[in-house]
Parts: sequence; structure tokens; C-alpha cells
Amino acid sequence: MRRYFGRKLAIYTLTFVVAVTLNWIIPRFMPGDPVLRMLTRTSVSNPDAIAPMRAYYEDLFGLDVPLWKQYVNYWVELFQGNLGVSVWLFPAPVADVILDAVPYTLALLLPSILLSWWAGNKVGALAARSTWLDNTALPVSYALTATPYMWLGILLAWGLGIVAGVFPVAGGYSFELRPDWSWAFVGSLAQHWFLPFLSLFLVAFGGWAIGMRNLIIYELEADYASYLAALGAPRRLIRRYAFRNALLPQITGLALQLGVLVSGALVTEIVFAYPGLGHLILQAIQNQDFFLLQGAFLFIVIGVLVANFVIDIVYVLVDPRTRTGMQGAT
Amino acid sequence: MPLQVDDLKVYYRTLRGDVRALDGVSFTVADGEIMGVVGESGCGKSTLGKALVRLDNRMKHVGGTVTVDGQTLPIADDRAMNRFRFTSVSIIPQYAMSALNPTRRIGRLVADLLDARGMSYAATRPELIRRLALVGLPETVLDNYPMELSGGMKQRVVLVLSTLRDPALLVADEVTSALDVSNQRAVAQTLVEFRDRGYVRGMLVVTHDISLVYQIADTIMVMYAGRLAEKAPSDAVVTEPLHPYTQLLIGALPEVGARFSERRLTGIPGRPPGLRNPPQGCRFRARCPLAVDKCAEQPPFVEVAENHHVACWKAGS
Amino acid sequence: MTDTEHVAAPGVPAIAEPTVGRRRETLHFALRNKKVVGAVVVILGLLVLGLVAPLFTDHGPNEYVGPPAAPPSADYWFGTTTFGQDVFLQFANGIRSTFVVGALGGGLAGLIGMTVGFVAGYRGGLVDELLNMLTNIVLVLPALAVLIILHAYVGVTSVAMQALFIGLFSWPWVARAVRAQTFSLRSREFVDLARLSGMRPLAVIRREIAPNMSSYLFMTFILLFGGSVLMAATLDFIGLGPTDATSLGLMMNSAVHWSALHLGLWWWFVPPGAAITAIVGALYVMNVGLDEVFNPKLREM
Repeated sequence: MRRYFGRKLAIYTLTFVVAVTLNWIIPRFMPGDPVLRMLTRTSVSNPDAIAPMRAYYEDLFGLDVPLWKQYVNYWVELFQGNLGVSVWLFPAPVADVILDAVPYTLALLLPSILLSWWAGNKVGALAARSTWLDNTALPVSYALTATPYMWLGILLAWGLGIVAGVFPVAGGYSFELRPDWSWAFVGSLAQHWFLPFLSLFLVAFGGWAIGMRNLIIYELEADYASYLAALGAPRRLIRRYAFRNALLPQITGLALQLGVLVSGALVTEIVFAYPGLGHLILQAIQNQDFFLLQGAFLFIVIGVLVANFVIDIVYVLVDPRTRTGMQGAT
Repeated sequence: MPLQVDDLKVYYRTLRGDVRALDGVSFTVADGEIMGVVGESGCGKSTLGKALVRLDNRMKHVGGTVTVDGQTLPIADDRAMNRFRFTSVSIIPQYAMSALNPTRRIGRLVADLLDARGMSYAATRPELIRRLALVGLPETVLDNYPMELSGGMKQRVVLVLSTLRDPALLVADEVTSALDVSNQRAVAQTLVEFRDRGYVRGMLVVTHDISLVYQIADTIMVMYAGRLAEKAPSDAVVTEPLHPYTQLLIGALPEVGARFSERRLTGIPGRPPGLRNPPQGCRFRARCPLAVDKCAEQPPFVEVAENHHVACWKAGS
Repeated sequence: MTDTEHVAAPGVPAIAEPTVGRRRETLHFALRNKKVVGAVVVILGLLVLGLVAPLFTDHGPNEYVGPPAAPPSADYWFGTTTFGQDVFLQFANGIRSTFVVGALGGGLAGLIGMTVGFVAGYRGGLVDELLNMLTNIVLVLPALAVLIILHAYVGVTSVAMQALFIGLFSWPWVARAVRAQTFSLRSREFVDLARLSGMRPLAVIRREIAPNMSSYLFMTFILLFGGSVLMAATLDFIGLGPTDATSLGLMMNSAVHWSALHLGLWWWFVPPGAAITAIVGALYVMNVGLDEVFNPKLREM
């Protein structure tokens, strides 16, 4: 097991290094003096930003500093938590801007991922044994998983938000309220949260339901299921074993889907102007705020790596095959 | 009497018609009897074994009855059969090595099964441990996961589990096919020992290995193309086979010490008939060196000598 | 129960390449499979629409031709945008670029994934370890985030470039699956025979291993196509796609940007997403159908 975690940590560390390096290297692909380029781009939007930006950039891209030192500088800044200063929201530091947005994104991602996984697995398992459910839930699941995240968001926003007027379609909370812990505010938060959450939940749900249904059918045909049936075990018991065994690849699947789920959350936020990372990124792109983009990128990468690691731990705890040294599933 | 089968017919459904895997089979197994069921691939012996315990959804029960201890088994009704499985009729499957849930400890698996069937694991545990010891497995095996055990150990666990409730009838389906010779011997001896101790009252050992069956079975039943060819005490089958098929089969066995240069192994030329449209009359007719016109009519499976049944016009003459 | 019609003589390895008869039989079953046929109809229908519709109109998709924000009518089947652009024409053009991106992106991802998978599975050892590490890294990196960064600096100017980026990040799962299958096929007798006869590794992969996986590879490509379409739509929607050409994602981007939701211009944002859902959904269904066709076991049930 030490080998297993050792390998995983190595990969995650390497990935992080690759991501940081990418972040640092890509601006250099542009012809000419990268510092000048960035400064001229930003000077139009915010003249006050130039001086601190020049200082920061010189350190990282300045032609008088040797390459390797630039790279090291970048890492040093990173470890000090300095992701630069936002151009668009000058003088707010990037790290602060991002940290303001992260809770909203997490509030969308965590419940939708967990609930859709759980509900999708349950329904998929039920569909495997009920023909009626199979004929209804399955086509719906295929339609849902084929739906682009933003389109479902748009439909929900339009249908339930504008036409039916039940839910608001913009912002994280009502514009006239100030953030505090009053019921009104929390209620408003929940109201604004619901549609984006529902959108994410539905699309992801489809995928899990389909996967689980197929896995359960496969498990029910396995030798251990046949043997238990031959020993007169009630269907209940066999289904319980099949469900538990089918969950294991679904846990791995969760790790594989993280990238897709994150991008889904980003576009959904854009549709609903929900003040999370996705919305932030859109603004950053529109305002050419590269610091913010780079910071958001790193945050997302870190988040995905951490989530992967957590899933790896959960998997080891749940699949006995990994613990005895045999490979369960890599 | 542990088992009585009357004119059992079980077919397989396929898109292109029914495959008549078991086409009218009748026999009995007496108390304490080990019966070996042998034949080529596709003769119906596995179908017979499975039909007694659990029809899978491709099989359908077309006719005939199965009686265990005087009770007719509802083999066509999956739900109703559950009552009898494990308690009256049990099976050691062909895939015994992968028959245990890989993500469950052995002890927990047994506990789950017993609890689900309304039996007490706590009460059964001492006997379980005793039987495990009988097959050479320590009590700690209950805390192991299946993949921590070797193939032979898993086989033995399945052996113990399948017979835990002292079923009237045990079907052992190709239990030695995947084992090496020393394991084969151990399993064979265990089967006999279980019978001797009364853990099972009747046993059907389905295999294609005649020599194995000769060692442990009291009676051997030879099947061909979905029907019974011959049934007799083991000695009689091996030394005085009366059905041409059995004769050729025994003749095809290699002898210890015989060398190829001295005696060639002869197989039986030809192959068994397809069972979708089986031929009329005796199904061995096409390959039989003794076939005559009368063989166009299916010979009945009758007792021609003491306890010796054959389905051949030429036997007993 | 052996219906003994095809008895292989002992010692002869199973036929490695599909014979003409097998291919014809596969086609026969494929054409009779409702899922496959239905899916192909939907996809071809939309493709034809995308190819043919622009030929019959005399104006471009981005020209301001009609009354602004008009609902669907006989003149403009899908109505017009807030600027008076023909939504139906945009839709048809968008479908075209969707198919192009799907094919190119999916094809590239498939090529990379299969190559990496085959080589890793066939060679094993250090090569396998290195390729595995590469696969895992690309797998964990969130593709959209990387594409955002890439776009911000490098920019995506054409559909081909977008397909390139998508293809570069969608291949890891293919590599893994192909690697696993190659491992198991590698130890089969006919591969040993080929190697003993002196065939070079690349030829062995190409002529012995790949044909056995041909059905699986085909189904993989279909899934990659669908994934590529979805990712392209997502990129276009954020504004990270080529902005000179029309695309379905871009239509949705514009619709949201110009308040189509609040103005109730449903004809602007419903069709593009519906088309994507239809194409990707049809691809998934086709995959399920093909699974039934290629696996006779599933057929008989």
C-alpha cells in the first residue's frame, strides 16, 4: 500500500509541477518581450496597475534575470501565497479575489457531485432489476448525460427562472442584500444556488445511472452471484453484494470525471452569473487579466489534485483487494 | 431415497430453436450412493446437474419430474426452489474457484448467507470450523478474503459451504477439472469422506474423467447426446460395459504403462449429433459399429442385468 | 450443448482476422439493430442539414438580413437574433463545424490514445512505466483549465486548432483501455507466431493485435467524437473558441450575452443545445447498439 500511495503522490506532485511550469512557460511562447506585451495590454484598462505589475513581471520574465532564476522566483512567490495582483480588480491581490469566489464554486460542486453520484447509483441499480424503470430511466439518463451542461443551465434558467419566475437567474444572492448571517440572506443564497445546483446534478446523474446499471448487470452475472443463488440466497443478498462491488469502479469513475464536472460547474456559473470561479474566469478573460487567470488555473489544479487524492484514500479503505497488496483497480 | 428422476426433459432456448439438452432421462440415486455421471462435452451431464438445483434463464423445463426424499422439486419455479436449495439439494459448481465474493471475508459471507436464509451463524459456527478442519483448513480462514487463499483452499471452502446443511443430494459439477493431480485426489477423497460421515446422503459427480469416477463412485451413469446410455456399478461399467458407446469410451482410456508404440490410443470417430434437430431413434447410431436397422427406433433404458441398465437393442443379447 | 457446426481442429489457433463472411454478418446485424439504425439516421440527418442548408440560401449566417428578434416564421425557420441574423442558417453552419471538430478532435485523441496504449501494452517495462506516468498526468490535469490558459496566451483561431487542443487532452482513458487489452492479447498464440516469424513490432501491432480490437476501437472513436463535440461546445460557450466561424456553442454564448433569456428569444438558444444533445445522445445510443452487434452473447438474450 505504501507503493500505491507513493506512486499516486509522485504523479500528483509531478502534475502540479507540470501545471505550474505551464503557467510560467506559456507567456513566453509569445513573440517579443513578454513583459512589454503584457504591460501594453493592461495599460489601457488600468494605469495604476503598471508599476507593481512591472516589478512583478520583471522578476518573472524580465530579460535581465536568468531563466532558471525566473522559474525559481515563480515557485518562491507561489509558496508565499503570492499569485500576483489582479489587474481588473486592482489593487486586490489575486489570491484574495479567488478565495472570495471559491466558496461559491465549492457550494455548487460538492453537493451536486455527491448527490448525483449517490442518486445516480441508486437509480441505476434499481433500473438493473426493474424492466419498467429500465425502459424509462435509461433513455432519460442517456439524454441527460448527452446534454451539454450550459444548455441545461440555460433551459432551467429560462424555464423555471424567467418564464415561471420561481427562481432567480443571476448572482449569488439578491442584489439589495448585504452578506450577513440573517435568515433573509441565507434564504436568498439558497434560492440563487438552487438552479445551478439542479443543472449540475441532473447532467451528472444521467452518467452515473447508466454506468451503475451496466455494472450491476455485469456483477449479477458473476460467478459469486450464481453460486449464492445456487445456495438459495434471496435476491436481496445477491443484489446487495452486486451493488457494493459495483460501487468500486464507480468510485474510480468519480476521479476520472472530476475534470468534466469542474468544467460543467464553470460554465453553469457563467450561465447564472453565479459568483464562483467560473464567473471569475469569464471576467478575467474578457478583461485580459492574466494574473487572475493563472491564479484560477492553479487553484483548479490544486483542487482537482486534492480531490483525486481523497478519492484514492477512500478507494483503498473500501476495496479490500488493495489492502492485501493485490491490485484492485488502478 | 435422495433422488428420483422421471423422464426429465430440459431444453435450451435459442434464437434458432430449442436445443434438446436433456431429452427424457430417468434414474434413481439411493441412500449413501455416489453416482458418477460421465460423457462427452455436450452430452447433457452438466445440464442435468444444473437442472436439479437451478435452471438459468436460458433453460426451460419441458417435462418430467425430480423427486428428492419423496418431495417433488419445483424446478421450473425459481422462487419456489429456493426453499430446497442448500438444504435439500446443493451444488459444488464448476467455477468453484471464483464462486466466492472477492470483497467479502469468508466468515462474513457465510454469516450473511445463513442469516439471509433464516439460519443462525452463531449456532452453526462450531460445526463449520470442525468441517473446515476436516478438509485441512484452519479457523483463521474465516477471516481471510478469497484472494488470500490458493485455488485448492477456495475449492475446499466451497466444498464445506455447499454441504454445511447436510443436503440430501449433492451435485459436484466438474469439481476436479481445474485442479492438479494431488489436489484432485484430495478433493475426491473428501467427497467420499463426506458421504461416509453422512454429511450428504446422495451424490452426483458430474465429470468427463472416467478414471476419477471409477475411484470414488459406486455407480457410473454414461450419458450421450441428451440421453442415458448405460448405468451400472462402477466395476461393471469399466470391466463389462454393455453399450457400444461405453465400450469405445473405456477402450479409449490410456492405460498406465502402455506405450504408444505398442498400443495406439483410439478415439471414437465422428462427433455427437447436434441437439437442435436430433436424429430419430438411437442417437449413437451414426457412430456405432454395431448399428442395425432396428436402431432407427429409440431403444428403451432397461435393466438387462442386476442393477445394470442399458439403452441398446444389442445389449444383453 | 454443442451444436457442432464449427469444430476447429485441435492445435490451430483461432482465426485472427475477420473473414469477409464475418464482416458481412456483422453488417447484417448492424443494419437490423434498432439502436444503430436510429442513431445513424439522426446523425446523418443533422449532417445533411448542415451541409445542404447553406447552399440554398443567398445570405451568410452572420449577416443582418431579417427583422431583429423575430420568432420562427416561414421566412426564417428558426427566427432571428437580436441583430436580425438568420438563426437557422447559423444553426446549420454551426452543425458543420461541430462535426468537423468532433471528427478531428476525436480522431486525434483516438490516434494518440491508441498509439500510447498499444506501445505501452506491447513493450511493457520502462516504456510502459513512462507512458503510464504521462497518461496519468494528462488524465489528472483538468483539461478545461489548461485550455483556458492556453487560449489566453496562444489563442484559438480556427476549428482545426480547437480540435488539436481537444485531441491533445482527451486521450488518456483510451490509452489505458487499449493498454489493458493489448496486454491480454499480447500473450496469445497467434501473436507469438507472428513474432517468431520475424515480424517487426509495429507490424505485429498493426496486423495481428489491432484487427482483433477493431470493433472496440471503432466504438472508442464514437465516444471520443461525442466527447469532442461536448468539449468544443463548452469552449465556444466560454468564448475560447474560434470566433470568426459560427458554432453551436458560440450561438449559445451570444444568446446569453445578448439577454435572449430575458427577452424570451427561445429560438436562439434552444436549437443549438438540442442539436448537440441529439448528436451526442445518438452517438451514445449507437455505441450501445454496436455493443450488441459485436457481442453475440448480448444478441441472443
